[in-house]
Amino acid sequence: MTRISRRGALLAGAAVAATGLMPTRFAIGQTAKVRVGLMLPYSGTYAGLGEAITSGLKMAVDARGGKLGGREVEYILLDDESNPGKGPENASKLIAGDHVDFLVGTVHSGVALGMAKVAADTGAMLIIPNAGVGAATGPMCAPNIFRTSFSNWQPAYPMGKVAWDRGMRNVVTISWKYGAGEEQLGGFEEGFTQRGGKIVKRILLPFPNEEFQANLTEIASLRPDGVFAFFAGSGALKFVKDYAAAGLKSIPLMGTGFLTDGVLAGQGEAAEGVLTTLHYADALDTPDNKKFRADFKAFSGKEADVYAVQGYDGGQLLAIGMDAVKGDTTAGSRAALIAAMEVAEIKSPRGAFTLSKAHNPVQDIYLRQVKNGQEIVLGVAHKALADPAKGCKSA
Amino acid sequence: MDIWFFLIQVMNGVQYGLLLFLVASGLTLIFGIMGIINLAHGSFYMLGAYLTFWLLQTVDSLFLAILLALPISAAVGYLIEALLVRVLYRRDHLDQVLLTYGLILIFNEAQRMLWGGDVHGIKVPGGLDWSIRLTETLSYPVYRIALSAVCAALAGGMYLVIQRTRFGMWIRAGASNRDMVAALGINVKLLFGAVFAVGAVLAALSGAIAAPINSIGPGMGDSILIICFVVVVIGGVGSIKGAFLGALLIGLADTFGKVLAPDFASFSVYGVMAVVLLVKPRGLFA
Amino acid sequence: MSRLPRSLAVVLTLSVVLLALYPVFGQVVFPNKHAFLMQKLTGIMIMAVMAMSLDLLVGVAGLVSLGHAAFFGLGGYMLAMLSPEYAAANLWLVLPATLIAVAFAAAIVGYLSIRTSGIYFIMVTLAFGQMGFYFFNDSKFAGGSDGAYIMVKPAVEILGVSVLNLGDKRTLYYVGFGTLVGVYLLLRVLLASPFGRVVSAIGVNENRVRGLGFDPVVYKLVAFTIGGTIAGLAGFLAAIQYGFVNPATLSWHHSGEALVMVILGGMGTLFGPAIGAFVFELARMGFEAMTDHWLLPMGAMIIAIVLVLPKGIGGFLLQVFSARSKVEDGQ
Repeated sequence: MTRISRRGALLAGAAVAATGLMPTRFAIGQTAKVRVGLMLPYSGTYAGLGEAITSGLKMAVDARGGKLGGREVEYILLDDESNPGKGPENASKLIAGDHVDFLVGTVHSGVALGMAKVAADTGAMLIIPNAGVGAATGPMCAPNIFRTSFSNWQPAYPMGKVAWDRGMRNVVTISWKYGAGEEQLGGFEEGFTQRGGKIVKRILLPFPNEEFQANLTEIASLRPDGVFAFFAGSGALKFVKDYAAAGLKSIPLMGTGFLTDGVLAGQGEAAEGVLTTLHYADALDTPDNKKFRADFKAFSGKEADVYAVQGYDGGQLLAIGMDAVKGDTTAGSRAALIAAMEVAEIKSPRGAFTLSKAHNPVQDIYLRQVKNGQEIVLGVAHKALADPAKGCKSA
Repeated sequence: MDIWFFLIQVMNGVQYGLLLFLVASGLTLIFGIMGIINLAHGSFYMLGAYLTFWLLQTVDSLFLAILLALPISAAVGYLIEALLVRVLYRRDHLDQVLLTYGLILIFNEAQRMLWGGDVHGIKVPGGLDWSIRLTETLSYPVYRIALSAVCAALAGGMYLVIQRTRFGMWIRAGASNRDMVAALGINVKLLFGAVFAVGAVLAALSGAIAAPINSIGPGMGDSILIICFVVVVIGGVGSIKGAFLGALLIGLADTFGKVLAPDFASFSVYGVMAVVLLVKPRGLFA
Repeated sequence: MSRLPRSLAVVLTLSVVLLALYPVFGQVVFPNKHAFLMQKLTGIMIMAVMAMSLDLLVGVAGLVSLGHAAFFGLGGYMLAMLSPEYAAANLWLVLPATLIAVAFAAAIVGYLSIRTSGIYFIMVTLAFGQMGFYFFNDSKFAGGSDGAYIMVKPAVEILGVSVLNLGDKRTLYYVGFGTLVGVYLLLRVLLASPFGRVVSAIGVNENRVRGLGFDPVVYKLVAFTIGGTIAGLAGFLAAIQYGFVNPATLSWHHSGEALVMVILGGMGTLFGPAIGAFVFELARMGFEAMTDHWLLPMGAMIIAIVLVLPKGIGGFLLQVFSARSKVEDGQ
């Protein structure tokens, strides 16, 4: 439990600082530790994702001797509880209270938007290692806001072509009635209808209701050529199981990778044949990915997943920026820091990627399918896909 | 929607309702007899599911795992009653709310420390892992039907216990007049301890038997809690019969809300509750 | 509600003075955390306002609401919806408009809810609260589940001259502070009035009040509306603070937290729930800094307070200080 001991040390440091015994502002930025604030869910439904992202990021930093731009790193962890009501307050705590040099977070889109608002107001450097909300690299895009994961549109859009090429013409889409769900369905629908496909019905369930039986019955009566679903976590696990148990397996089930990632074991045979698109696949057969997965297993004791990759790449992005400015996080080198991060080519386990003008990854989207209980990579569904960044003025 | 699909949707609603009844029954028992608003009820639901998942890694049969999970849940329930809840009987109801709120936090953290943040699923046991074909495209999983049967049987059993046994008489007495129970010379401490344990077991049992068709993950107890309160209150607090009908009503409202008025599906359950309580301010059977 | 024991009044006044002076001495005492603590305290004071408004319902009128956050959230959303996208809204227009809208909503919800009582009232208010949550969560016009931004804080001008800059953190601190003290005094005055005495009596024994010829429904409805409106004011301020609103501010979790603050602080004491807000928020902050598993000590603390302090922190303080004042008075 490295986290606790670090946190303990940090606490002691904070206590000293609070009593005023320590110099409060370090005259020379390079000598003090870089403060990285990790605002992620460590309790509740997304706790597992928060932990994976944290481990990934720390592993990237540890691989560089535990340093960023030559400076030791201090992590300040904050449980955001996936509570958007407290998003801005928690982000402010890390920025104004803990004086972090970088803010990293989070999983939940609503919380991430609150963080983006605080970042926009304070100019703090923000790296989003998961939340796919389009606005963060759309209308809210800013020089100091980066994302190492995906936009909701991004992994879903290529599936539209896949569905069309596989001969599907009438498709039902289903998700929860909330931002991420509607954005992901929108991505698929755009890719599918622009080729002439027809969305028979878009089903949106109350969030986070997991009783799918009524809608599965409805799908059976609609008899579409395929179903595109966006669910994640426990909802994904249950939806895929219920879909199979309802005898709907004759209708191909598609989704973004979140439909199976991390829950494949729990889904068991029910997941057989499910087609997904994502910017990563556990089974990606590249030396980089294999090494990453082995290292991650050794580092954290757990299997790597897409969240670990996104956290790892967040750490890599930090390292590239910090190397460029030799660890100087003062305002004077901010422009150089951002410039270096903007042109970074990140050697990700998912395959190398660059960032768009809106600071969202321009990345390959893979087509994957579950076969014999394993996620198999069928190929690249869309090469170097960039989010259209609608509403972003700098893009 | 043709008649066939309509009937299937009715079945969906009833099946969901029966499961809700089982979870909610413990809550209404505890409230009816002890007057305690037990917010930690969802935590017992989670406990049942996680214990089953955990035990299944050592024992091979789901039945056995559930059988082992129940006494553990009962013990946890009894201990909480004896050590904490008992202190508060003479206090305001809201003190108990606060206590059980604190318990939720502890249960959630304990879950995370013991079992981690991942989401799990367990397999439907062999023999029940097939489906009955209803239409060309739709099948109905046998496990769900078996689950409904178990829930219905338990509902019947509870009805008999409450109507026909001495324990049931105490429960009825307690629900209508709490002081009367003491006046009857019943060991109230023991009765309350037992009732709390039974409530915990009912919640854990529903978490356990639903586990094969659910996902087991952090926070699962919190999401079931509110819907249970809705069921209990619609039926009338303390009434098993009310909880039964309330659960069916909510199961059907949820199902048909999604199908007939998808834009307002979020409101259906709460809308039904609001309407019921505005017409009958003390629930259907209080 | 009777007068506070004098020694308690002195202690509370001193605490309030301390709070008032925080922006002055904070920089010296917490040089490294001052800016953050000032923001944090602003947020806590806003929550304390909400807790007191809920205490008017729960502790005074006996109306335990689990939907109070709906009014808090509505207050914030009103500001978000009334603010132009890239210009400042005029506070003198948006604030009254918000309060009127929230009062209207509270009156309707109250009118429908107060027919029920006890746990049924809890659940009806929960139902209305959740409907409010889903209304904004499912909406297209207010940002849906992702929430909405208020890009420019409202302008406070008199005759075209800006008198308060709400973007300034210290100014906002004093706005929060002023609201906290103002709402407390307002509620004290209200409770001391004939109207307040009837409401308090309803909380104790509704039938007797009815027997005396008062219609409890009217009094409860007015109390509910006032409580809801004050919660709306708190939500309005909270939305100004961070310029962000989200449906989660309306959800039952948020209502539940406010209720926990009220019970923890001591129902019916007004100052207690305000203290409850401080204890709850500061404890959470402290535990979060201490351990990853912060829910554990948080839960344990709540349980310990329930077991040890039957009437909450406020009740405990009243007991201690009234005993002391009796000794002082030579009784």
